[in-house]
Amino acid sequence: MQNESTPEIPLAADGRPLEQSLQRALRAQKIRAFLLVVPLLVFVLITFLAPIADMLYRAVDNRIVSETLPRTVEALSDWEESENEPPEEDVFIALYYDLFFAAENKIHTRLGSRLNYQETGMSSLFRRTGRRVDRFDTDELTDAFIDFDPRWEDPTHWITLSEHPEFANQLPETAGVWDDWTQLLIAEEDELSEEEPEDLIYFALYRDLNNIGQPVALMDNWSETVSAAQSFEPVSLREQFADADEDWLLPSVWGTIKRFSPTITDGYLLNAVDMQKTADGIEAQPESRQIYGLLFGRTLFMSLVITISSILLAYPISYFLTSLPMRKANLLLILVLLPFWTSLLVRTSAWKVLLQQQGVINDLLVWVGLVDDANRLVMMNNQTGTIIAMTHILLPFMILPMYSVMRTIPPSYVRAAKSLGATNWTAFWRVYFPQSVPGIGAGSILVFIMAIGYYITPAIVGGTEGIFISNRIAYHISSSLNWGLASALGGILLLAVVILYWLYDKFVGIDNLKLG
Amino acid sequence: MTLSKTLAAGVMTLATVGSALATDLTIVSWGGAYSESQQKAYHDPYMEMNPDINIINDESSAEAVAKLRAMNEAGNVTWDLVDVVASDALRLCDEGLAMEVDHDDVLAPAPDGTDASDDFGDLIVSDCFIPQIVYSTTVGYRSDAVGDNPPTDICAIFDTETYPGKRSLEKRPINNMEWALLCDGVPKDEVYDVLETNAGQERALAKLDTIKDDVIWWSAGADTPQLLADGEVIMGSTYNGRLFSLIVEQNQPVEMLWDAQVFDLDGWIIPAGLPDERVEEVLDYLYFATDTQRLADQAKYISYGPARESSAPLVGKHAELGIEMAPHMPTDPNNSKNTFLYNYEFWADYRDDIDAKFQAWLVR
Repeated sequence: MQNESTPEIPLAADGRPLEQSLQRALRAQKIRAFLLVVPLLVFVLITFLAPIADMLYRAVDNRIVSETLPRTVEALSDWEESENEPPEEDVFIALYYDLFFAAENKIHTRLGSRLNYQETGMSSLFRRTGRRVDRFDTDELTDAFIDFDPRWEDPTHWITLSEHPEFANQLPETAGVWDDWTQLLIAEEDELSEEEPEDLIYFALYRDLNNIGQPVALMDNWSETVSAAQSFEPVSLREQFADADEDWLLPSVWGTIKRFSPTITDGYLLNAVDMQKTADGIEAQPESRQIYGLLFGRTLFMSLVITISSILLAYPISYFLTSLPMRKANLLLILVLLPFWTSLLVRTSAWKVLLQQQGVINDLLVWVGLVDDANRLVMMNNQTGTIIAMTHILLPFMILPMYSVMRTIPPSYVRAAKSLGATNWTAFWRVYFPQSVPGIGAGSILVFIMAIGYYITPAIVGGTEGIFISNRIAYHISSSLNWGLASALGGILLLAVVILYWLYDKFVGIDNLKLG
Repeated sequence: MTLSKTLAAGVMTLATVGSALATDLTIVSWGGAYSESQQKAYHDPYMEMNPDINIINDESSAEAVAKLRAMNEAGNVTWDLVDVVASDALRLCDEGLAMEVDHDDVLAPAPDGTDASDDFGDLIVSDCFIPQIVYSTTVGYRSDAVGDNPPTDICAIFDTETYPGKRSLEKRPINNMEWALLCDGVPKDEVYDVLETNAGQERALAKLDTIKDDVIWWSAGADTPQLLADGEVIMGSTYNGRLFSLIVEQNQPVEMLWDAQVFDLDGWIIPAGLPDERVEEVLDYLYFATDTQRLADQAKYISYGPARESSAPLVGKHAELGIEMAPHMPTDPNNSKNTFLYNYEFWADYRDDIDAKFQAWLVR
């Protein structure tokens, strides 16, 4: 009574405020419920979301260039393609080191294939040069070192050098190459003290000795070695590369490497929307290569046509099924489901037999006399074929949700409307139809989304005009191995579906969707 | 607890028994008549000689490149030996998905002692590739639809006036672009120089444009034989072995054109990253399956030419039909008066670019 400012708080049995206690009990319940779904969640994450995320990431992933050619990518940062000159000698030297180790690890051709997606000819450029890179004329320097002091031929001599504490400071390039060399031998399980060092190590030593400032004696006889090395005949790697393949003198080759050196690229995504990354920035692909915009548009348009024709066919069937007694309706429903038990490939091939120019339908029409034998109808290897076959294949996915929604509409509503004076049409249109819309919506979303991703049926009956974007995705996955482009196309398709779903939700409302 | 232990023990016993009985060798190939010819010429005799080896056939060669890459990324390669066309072998080798082999080391020499690499010669187009057969992509035509004026020239494909009707061509630029240029007047030895340029590619597409409305594009080797048999097309390109079985085994009124046939190769690759003991088993099989006699034996069942020079004289009669096989081989002098060899290096470089243009042209 005295303390009016604090209202009385209801307490639970244990003396805590009731609200807290309730919340605690609810939280425990929620955690228990959550724990129950954890296995399913983990399963979905691992088997569904993770692979999709991994696949989508490939659309921008471009680590391969900087991982295969780390030194080159760094050296190229000072070079600009706009100068229209091949880069300086130091870039060729960096490429020499990188390509040597890439070729030893047999990953240079993989990089070649990757860059060939952007610039034709890169594939053979890397393959050919990789075959040559360990036979460059840098062996002249190797011989010069060995002539000067035969101990240089001995791997243990090199090991002693590499163990000097000033090695990396005095001879940075040699140290870097030596490091990669030892890594390579460890990976191949070879003994460091038994393998003759490769020419590029001598080359790196030669470079370091020519750039040395204040020489610290790393070994005996060191200052003589330094001055001897400074008198050796230099080897131009630019000439060596040009000799292996003169394309190395093209600025466009280096421009491609530079443009695609970041670990993340928009190259695939641009490609998927008919754009490309050139020396002058982002621009449209030449008209002779534009295809994806057209295919995306066609995929959406044809999926829409297929969805609409499914609605037109499925609505009367479902309406008819609901008007039948349960037993008969179930029997007919089995007929609807029957095609499901046949392989998709068989059903599509059956359409081929029916639709082709020497096929059953044409034969029949010619026999009846409706069509002249010389002018048989072309019903497949075009859009018509794809639309007919896919409408047939996807029809059950439209009938089932429609039927289950219509079943729940009480017939008394229509009767009531009629008894109040509505005509048949008004009763149907104003009373029955609005109640069946959720079924149409569910069926349409199902059919449309399935249609958008179809590729077997279009590939068989679609010819050239009736193919979908998924046919190109399949091609890039299984044939051209351009998985980056495939996942970029797939990502865009996914985005398109999500946007359409959002539009549907906005205009029709997703609550207005019933699967039964 | 006890139950699961018993089960586990049982499974383990089974596994040991299984491995003691036979080692599985998973060999991937194309399926159909082709796999059958390999079964009879290679697998059966090999298993007879090595009762502890069990060969499992997997018919995935058409998707081999993509599947091998996926397996490689997952770090679990389940295939031991894969039959692929040479261009795929080149790509698999480039991608590091196939093992490089020293041909003289792992393959049998010819009976006269010639090294394997000399016996196969130029057909070893990649360090990873072990050639097996020479096949060709050539044109077949309905002999009942051409009257008494049968085509003798590849350019009949483009001659819709003399030979009206649909023709079937493969839904890819390779071969079609070359034929188009040939028939547009480009000399044979300049075809690839022309095709390298933008103008040359446009020229080839322009030539193909003249018959675009008359073409049914195929993507499976079985399509053209079916289209020819149904009378849907008057002529069409496909692999010569498919036409052989259509003509000789199914007695259809179809003839081979052979002119400007494009030679291609098919052979084995060993997936990269197999453990040593599996590589050893595979190499033992390979040594047997690619020797001179075995390659000649395969030609008894299918009309593809053996890849070894030393096998050619041993090619005999068809195992069931008893007809002489030599005249049906793409390499037979009568058939190979005018031939083309698939240019692997060219297509490895230009495939991505020209395919993009070809497909864009196709859907327009």
